[in-house]
Amino acid sequence: MPNYSYPPMEQRRVMGKRITRLDGMEKAAGKAKYNSDVRPKGTIHAVGVFSPHAHARVKSVDTSAAQQAPGFAAVSVVAAPGAEVNWAGQEIAFVAAQTEEQARDCARLIKVEYEALPHLVREENLAKAGSRGKPAGEQVTGDPEAAFSAAGAVTHEAEYGIPVITHCCLEPHGQIVAWDGAANKIEYWPSTQAISAVGGDLAKQLELPATQVHSHQDHIGGGFGSKFQSDLWGAHAAKLSKMAGGKPVKLYLERREELTIAGVRPSVFGKVKLSASASGEMTGWDSTTWMTGGFAGGGLNADLLPYVFRNVANRRINHTAVSTNNGASRAWRAPNHPQVCYITCAAMEDLAAKLKMDPMEFFLKNLDKTPRADTYKAQILKAAEMIAWKQNWKPRGSSTGTVKRGLGLALGTWGGAGHASRCRTTINPDGSVLIEIGSQDLGTGTRTIITQVVAETLGLPMGGITLKLGDNNYPASGASGGSTTVGGVSASSRKASVDALDKLFAAVAPALGVPADQLEAVDSKIQVKGNAAKSMTWKAACAKLGVSAIIAENANDPRNPGGLTTGGVGGCQMADVSVDTETGIVKINKVVAVQDVGLVINPKTSDSQVYGGVIMGICAALMEERVMDEMTGRFLNADMEFYKLAGAGDIGEIEVHMDITPDHDKRGVIGIGEPATVPTIACIANAVANAIGVRVPVLPLTPKNVLNALHNTTRRLA
Amino acid sequence: MAKYTLTVNGRGRTVDTDPSRPLLDVLREDLALTGAKYGCGEGQCRACTVLLDGAPVTSCTMPVRMAVGKAITTIEGLAAPGGKLHPVQQAFLDATAMQCGYCTPGMVLRTTALLKKTPRPTEAQIVESLNGSLCRCCGYTSIVAAVRMAAALGTSAAKPANSAKGGKRNG
Repeated sequence: MPNYSYPPMEQRRVMGKRITRLDGMEKAAGKAKYNSDVRPKGTIHAVGVFSPHAHARVKSVDTSAAQQAPGFAAVSVVAAPGAEVNWAGQEIAFVAAQTEEQARDCARLIKVEYEALPHLVREENLAKAGSRGKPAGEQVTGDPEAAFSAAGAVTHEAEYGIPVITHCCLEPHGQIVAWDGAANKIEYWPSTQAISAVGGDLAKQLELPATQVHSHQDHIGGGFGSKFQSDLWGAHAAKLSKMAGGKPVKLYLERREELTIAGVRPSVFGKVKLSASASGEMTGWDSTTWMTGGFAGGGLNADLLPYVFRNVANRRINHTAVSTNNGASRAWRAPNHPQVCYITCAAMEDLAAKLKMDPMEFFLKNLDKTPRADTYKAQILKAAEMIAWKQNWKPRGSSTGTVKRGLGLALGTWGGAGHASRCRTTINPDGSVLIEIGSQDLGTGTRTIITQVVAETLGLPMGGITLKLGDNNYPASGASGGSTTVGGVSASSRKASVDALDKLFAAVAPALGVPADQLEAVDSKIQVKGNAAKSMTWKAACAKLGVSAIIAENANDPRNPGGLTTGGVGGCQMADVSVDTETGIVKINKVVAVQDVGLVINPKTSDSQVYGGVIMGICAALMEERVMDEMTGRFLNADMEFYKLAGAGDIGEIEVHMDITPDHDKRGVIGIGEPATVPTIACIANAVANAIGVRVPVLPLTPKNVLNALHNTTRRLA
Repeated sequence: MAKYTLTVNGRGRTVDTDPSRPLLDVLREDLALTGAKYGCGEGQCRACTVLLDGAPVTSCTMPVRMAVGKAITTIEGLAAPGGKLHPVQQAFLDATAMQCGYCTPGMVLRTTALLKKTPRPTEAQIVESLNGSLCRCCGYTSIVAAVRMAAALGTSAAKPANSAKGGKRNG
């Protein structure tokens, strides 16, 4: 069994360095090709017809006028007469024409008659959900009632909520697809987080063998968990192509559709009761939560409550998933975690205020209920130092003046172990090296870190490696979700490259006069271990291969990653905010993030993930909310004018700390895209409560919600 | 339909198009200049930013007829003919001021316009200039750092791109 372990941290030459991202040049130059930029010869355009009703039965679909319109190419009806549509924006038909404008004209000519049916689009009032709510079974540990009524117990009971938010990828969902009917082969350019799997998913929808779909993607303009499937628009774009004689069809959603049907994060609303002893020992937790993940329901793991502090002795959990007439939820960066983090950390901050205790002390005191007390303790103390908690924290509501300042904290956790991944390493006789891997670079730095691992392994410079990804003809690698990519692709590329190098050692060992296991690859040379004088150049070594390239393929096995990757991290974030109590505007002064990491391949790209995660949390904390209209059943702010995201002026100062140390390095590679965004919302919300003296129970922290909290005019949930 | 000659990146380009069609669609579909991106179609995210006589505009909301007679600069027209990056592009590269990169062309062009007008912008001016340009990967920290870096390089002067000390930095 070859030794796949990474060289010790201090001996690495390429891994661990702040190397500039390899995709940076094309991106800065504007030359990076996203699939929405691809335009094969003969491309025609398709657009959709979507239901204006949140719930209706389709009575008729008449495409005859559209078929007579200029430029018409093909039409594909999704919802035949009699079909029930269950959310506004549900797909009714797709139509293709020579130009996008003609396709839009054709869509306008498609006449659809509906019989409108009653709908439910809002979930914050559970009583209104009726039979649409599906309660999960109650879970009880210990005796919560006894904890609440124990002598000296201090209890706190309140409502909290965090609304549905959207992924809002800047590049909408969609694809170019060409279906050659005669050969029954499909060329497919989707915007996807799963290049190895999405072609098979499309094939399944079209009842074709997966072998018939060839998927390509160089770059993707954001996914955040929403771009794993081929979707209905993928299947119908393919059908339109086949009907149009195999012409490539371009079908991308417009912004309104993108926000409405291409994925959202489930909400969570809840009533929480918790208790602690007078000295701050948390004794009981009881939560009744509910949420919506759209029409299909589902979507939240309430078993995570109370988040991080889950080992509280007495605990009762009730949870109800409400089916509403909305598009389906999809995985959203750190599924479940930001929501349950908010519910938990907000309730704990509120109880600490009632106990007249510094919430940091309250969190520290209860770390025995978390799975990683030592890690969290060190992180809390570090974050506190970074934000000067001891100097700046004041008891809740004691900030004076109209602009009030406050501090808040929250803790998070995530897995992040590597996914299944295969990689092929080819060493050619001319010394060139090719890496092929069916992964995708979402912009997280996947290209860069794979190349670093291979360069480190083969003793070559970054420029000596040619990496190909983004094609399902390469060895299959997992979807990029759950922060699993970096651990998966680093392990598979390391193993394939160690195997390839061992073969090269075997080929050159006779010439160097030592056994193959006495060789090492350093500085573009193959040399006898510790004896640089006895060496040959990389090129000379590869020339010994004659005409046969070395091809080695290996994989990361998630069940047995051999120490190259593990999962399980903690994180602590603290926020410092100012709130104008006259306008309700929340200003972020500073957020500090102390993020637990394993082996860091590139601190530059990992920093970038943590900063991005924190800012994404700021967007959700301050601005993001899907607003559904009860009357029409429509998504009112499905655009980028009224669905607000933070800009450069909204984020304040952000400081990130990661302990990149030999001890952590031994844990192997761990993804950190998800955990970095988990605690941000909760720590900001807690800072606002600390500043203004009252809780803004339902997010986001908009001026309206802040002023309602200040004037005690917040609407009760139910 | 109408025939227009547009000046794009210093070249005359003739298009035959509906006068009210968005400039963005003409650039992307008719002229194969795909650096400007569709993000929202209503001028809110600024991924479609191009320069018109040096001033940033959202090309998704600009009818093509309005661009006639003006100098249109897209991200493709910023680098030197040999491909050497413009100093602002170099600063974005060096500062790793991107993740997915979809917003990058718009950010780079807006920064170019800012620095031309205000070669030494204050922090507040940088933030004000970029505040409406959205990055969903949320890379603002490094984007603002890139603008500072570009300003320090003196981008308003016609300095060569290599003043940015090369593209790759190890360690």
